[in-house]
Amino acid sequence: MSARYEHFPHEADVGVRGIGPTPADAFAGAALAMTAAITEPDSVRPEIAVAVECRAASLDDLLYDWLNALVFEMATRRMLFGRFEVKIADGVLTGTAWGETVSVARHQPAVEAKGATYTGLRVFEDARGWVAECIVDV
Amino acid sequence: MDSALLKRDSDVRWVVEPHGEMRVPAVIYATPELIHDMDMKVYEQVTNVAMLPGIVKASYAMPDAHWGYGFPIGGVAAFDPAEGGVVSAGGVGFDVSCGVRTLLTGLRIDDVAPHKEALADALFATVPAGLGSEGEIRLDAAGIDAMLSGGARWAVGRGFGEPADLERIEEHGCMAGAEPEQVSDRAKQRQRAEMGTLGSGNHYLELQAVAEIFDQPAARAFGLAAGDVVISIHCGSRGLGHQIGTDYLREMVAAATPVYGIHLPDRELACAPIESPLGRRYLGAMRAAINCALANRQIITHLTRDVMRRVLPQARLSLLFDVSHNTCKVESHLVDGRSRKLFVHRKGATRAFGPGHPDLPEALRATGQPVLIGGSMGTASWVLAGTATSEAAAFASACHGAGRAMSRHQALRTWRGRDVSDELARRGILVRSPTARGVAEEAPGAYKDVSAVVLAAEEAGLAKRVARLAPLVVVKG
Repeated sequence: MSARYEHFPHEADVGVRGIGPTPADAFAGAALAMTAAITEPDSVRPEIAVAVECRAASLDDLLYDWLNALVFEMATRRMLFGRFEVKIADGVLTGTAWGETVSVARHQPAVEAKGATYTGLRVFEDARGWVAECIVDV
Repeated sequence: MDSALLKRDSDVRWVVEPHGEMRVPAVIYATPELIHDMDMKVYEQVTNVAMLPGIVKASYAMPDAHWGYGFPIGGVAAFDPAEGGVVSAGGVGFDVSCGVRTLLTGLRIDDVAPHKEALADALFATVPAGLGSEGEIRLDAAGIDAMLSGGARWAVGRGFGEPADLERIEEHGCMAGAEPEQVSDRAKQRQRAEMGTLGSGNHYLELQAVAEIFDQPAARAFGLAAGDVVISIHCGSRGLGHQIGTDYLREMVAAATPVYGIHLPDRELACAPIESPLGRRYLGAMRAAINCALANRQIITHLTRDVMRRVLPQARLSLLFDVSHNTCKVESHLVDGRSRKLFVHRKGATRAFGPGHPDLPEALRATGQPVLIGGSMGTASWVLAGTATSEAAAFASACHGAGRAMSRHQALRTWRGRDVSDELARRGILVRSPTARGVAEEAPGAYKDVSAVVLAAEEAGLAKRVARLAPLVVVKG
């Protein structure tokens, strides 16, 4: 994965942004940004791989579905993810998230992600490459 | 926010006259100082809401309004189904029925002072808080459905609390019209281990002292006197509500324009006509989530009683009130002299029924509904009361909290969790949290001055101040 991530400000919650050479890389970066809102991504050991598949008519909807699928997996498996691999073809996203069970002492999770929202949700290409971003309710 | 965009009606009432696609005016209740500090996004969002079909009278923003999702947080809007009115998943939010419950304890500060450390430790050990924490209750499919239909009434029936608790909860502890079959399996799966958990972020359980009384008769009616100790619980419908928000927002975004012909100024305002299959399904699911939140706060109350029985057996915990601030409810309101049945969305806004309202328990009816306002860890929380003017002002609604003044990111760069806890301890406030980073992001300095918010609410006639509560012990997720 050759993606990077950053946060952008929202008054109550947090904006997540992934940037990479392809939409898939940008999606992986956005997922990493979501993890970074909760904990230090480097502190998460890639012990368990979880497969995720989403299908949507637009890249915007696909980003919403991808991040929310990860929120669901984190919540029901009591896990955090620190590494992501994403492929997108014909409106289908196939992804793998690597992580481990939450360790409160080691991860010091600041918040839990309630859901990715449509607020500030955009997937677009500019001079930086592909950018995937939205506000996550925490 | 640039006040030049607004017409000032009074000291605390600002109006945006309808323009463009706005069907009704937008009204913001705030002092000039609060307006100055409000994000321009609030202006954008409160005027966007005014464009939705079937909106009645105005789109309102409370004094604590800030940038939300589609609706501003602190947004109130009522819709008439007979005029094509809509229900909006974004207008309720992800944390459906998030709210505050305050318990009277029968204790005075002096009773509690020698036991504060023990109470803080026992509450923290007993009430699950923070990411990854699990409750002890596991529900099978039938159990989840029963909980979603019954709310706090279901919880009391299972031994979590006392029947008398139900009288002091909105809807008497059970939201009618819940349809568990409209809640996805994924939402139910997210809730399996989360009954009786606080969650994280700005959710908390606090032991508080009544620091100041502003209205003696109302305080007496609420059972509050200066020096009393109360307990407040702030949390919502947990993973189930979050997933319902996610599911229906997605569906409403896809259907709003192609199926229902609704132009959305912002996708997050996704909605469906109340009288449509999707609108009705969402209402059934959202009401089930309200019951989930009521059951959750009821179980946490039970856990809290257990702790108090062990540490301070003379305590007698009874409910002052339980009120939600993320809901859509059917209510009758007088509009231009005519009573109309409206679907009132309150997103980060608290219902504030005035004196005499028939839905209030008899003991509170003469005074008005307790309006419970959460603060930050180091500042005050407030008890307000609904007034005779709150219905006309904003469909009987008031503010819900302080609102953030600083992003989480900035707070994390500004404070260290340990320093925040130490500083609060020096001021006599004991904080217990599994995460130092969480404490840093929730530092009191990251929040606005809640006192200015409640004063503005009082000046605007939304609610009146009854008591200020100061934190003694804070359990944070």
